[in-house]
Amino acid sequence: MSAQGGRPVAGDRSAAAAFFLILLAVLTAAVAVVSLGTGPAPLPVARVVEILLAGPASGASGDGLIIWQIRVPRILIGSLVGATLAVSGALMQGLFRNPLADPGLVGVSSGAALGAVSTIVYGGTVLLPLTLVFGSYAIAVAAFVMAFASTLLLYAIATRGGRTSIATMLLAGIALGAFSAAATGLLVFTSSDQQLRDITFWSLGGLGGASWNKLAVAGPIMLAVLLAMPVLARGLNAYVLGEAEAFHLGVHVQRLKFAAIFLVAAGTGAAVATSGVIGFVGIVVPHLLRLAMGPNHQPLLPACAMGGAVLLLVADMVARTIVSPAELPIGILTAALGAPFFLWMLLRRRGLVDL
Amino acid sequence: MMIAQISARLAGPALAACLLLAAAAHAESSEPHRIVSVGGATTETLFELGQADRVIARDSTSVYPQAVLAKPDVGYMRALSAEGVLALSPDLVLMEEGAGPPDAVSLIAQSGVRIVTVPAGYRSESLPGKIRTIAAAVGQTAQGEVLAEGVARKLADFDRDLGSVTVRKRVLFIMSLADGRPLAAGTGTAADAMIRLAGGENVLSAMSGYKTLSLEAAAALQPDVILLPDHAAPAGLTGDVLDMPAFADTPAARYRALYRMDALYLLGFGPRTPDAGRELAGKLYPSLRQ
Repeated sequence: MSAQGGRPVAGDRSAAAAFFLILLAVLTAAVAVVSLGTGPAPLPVARVVEILLAGPASGASGDGLIIWQIRVPRILIGSLVGATLAVSGALMQGLFRNPLADPGLVGVSSGAALGAVSTIVYGGTVLLPLTLVFGSYAIAVAAFVMAFASTLLLYAIATRGGRTSIATMLLAGIALGAFSAAATGLLVFTSSDQQLRDITFWSLGGLGGASWNKLAVAGPIMLAVLLAMPVLARGLNAYVLGEAEAFHLGVHVQRLKFAAIFLVAAGTGAAVATSGVIGFVGIVVPHLLRLAMGPNHQPLLPACAMGGAVLLLVADMVARTIVSPAELPIGILTAALGAPFFLWMLLRRRGLVDL
Repeated sequence: MMIAQISARLAGPALAACLLLAAAAHAESSEPHRIVSVGGATTETLFELGQADRVIARDSTSVYPQAVLAKPDVGYMRALSAEGVLALSPDLVLMEEGAGPPDAVSLIAQSGVRIVTVPAGYRSESLPGKIRTIAAAVGQTAQGEVLAEGVARKLADFDRDLGSVTVRKRVLFIMSLADGRPLAAGTGTAADAMIRLAGGENVLSAMSGYKTLSLEAAAALQPDVILLPDHAAPAGLTGDVLDMPAFADTPAARYRALYRMDALYLLGFGPRTPDAGRELAGKLYPSLRQ
């Protein structure tokens, strides 16, 4: 916390924050536009504009289908997933007061993996009803439900007498994660060759399955997390000082924990369900932006949303063009693009790493 | 269909060739010219049918014959990209059962590109049907019939020859030896199907799928023969497999019975399968070779 007062204080970075917010907004818009014109199908800019002006009705076939049924939903889902993962990472780092925290700590990743892998391996046998009801969305539904159920379980374990112990949650999360990983491992052991390939691809993530249907189901959930940012930001700023201090500053600490944990669970659950596990966004984007514009959550959270969207859209553009007509799993690229940049920032601004 | 039945009965090559010409002239207009082929066996069949020039792209499991490798690769058959495939403007996507993901396939279908699904499955009886499906999809029914009949005849001849085998060899198929731990084939795998086709018995019939064996369990299986795909271990190291403590006291090690075969040839379930089966059987039962 550097400066909240009216007069200039040494270390005040609100001007820098405002600059970065504007920069990120411009960058997000630019990347989305470039992304719309980029892909394995070589469509000239004029043609893309023409199709966009013709409206979604032109999306039935041909070039229109590529723009309206493939690229537009993919870009929308990509931005939402990137934004949600980055904001969730920032929220978790604030809530756990730990720079390494990510949504995995509240059981989301391990729960989602267990749900998805169960469906991949047993979708045709034991879990057939699930497959029959949800069709090709069965994996996504199972991932989301299991992610949310894991968080619910952890929250119940860590809450005593109306108070959630973050330390208990952290430790229980590690235990539950290990247990889920064991169950997933057992499923992997029983899986066939083909299922094993599916599991590997799922765990590397990808936006290849993006569609309007997925956007309609998962989009509102992710949007809810983004809309809650301003409410959570103030509470988290106080929370960084400590739980008791936040309480004395008038923050309803238990409500803050509840909201942050469940919004993160729902948001990342939806993100993982639509596009598999996309690593590193939740760690690299918040840290990068914290280094650049300071730890104040009020500008930080929206900046993370835009930064996450930009990272994911850029990674996805590379993913679908670099080995065209095939597609690279996006999890490889978010880490490959994000990590060197992150290291470079760390080397330049050593000493600013702590929250 | 009529043509198929007639030529099935009177499968003389000359007649088949006449029918082929007639069929080709007839089907000219509806034939696809830009085919994306997904699945190793499907691509192999298309090339066997002389359709190489019409195949504009293949998936990463299609690696035979050599000329296939020059075609653009649309990625692993279960992780296709809709835009990637559509960008090639195909007029037919031939995909083996199990190709996906479903979202990508439905987008491709929605764009109006014809999709034909080729049934998968590791049963040699279904091979001729698979070939006929592929041939019909590309408008080469008569030529497909010749190929399917040839494969069916080879399989039948081979089956008859196998009748002379009385004692079945017990075979252990090792998919890979990563880290010195054998990943062995149980039931429901292509390897299991090939072992049975070649008149052998899979020692690991108690398990399904590919499983990592404990060395002790591997020793207890007492295989007569150990079979490896080419990529399982570097060529120089295969001798060592028999010297591994797990296998040292098995009949396979005593008779140095370890064989390597090309993975796609052996496990691909395409037009070369009868030959692969015969070659494997020749290794198992040298008496069959005459």
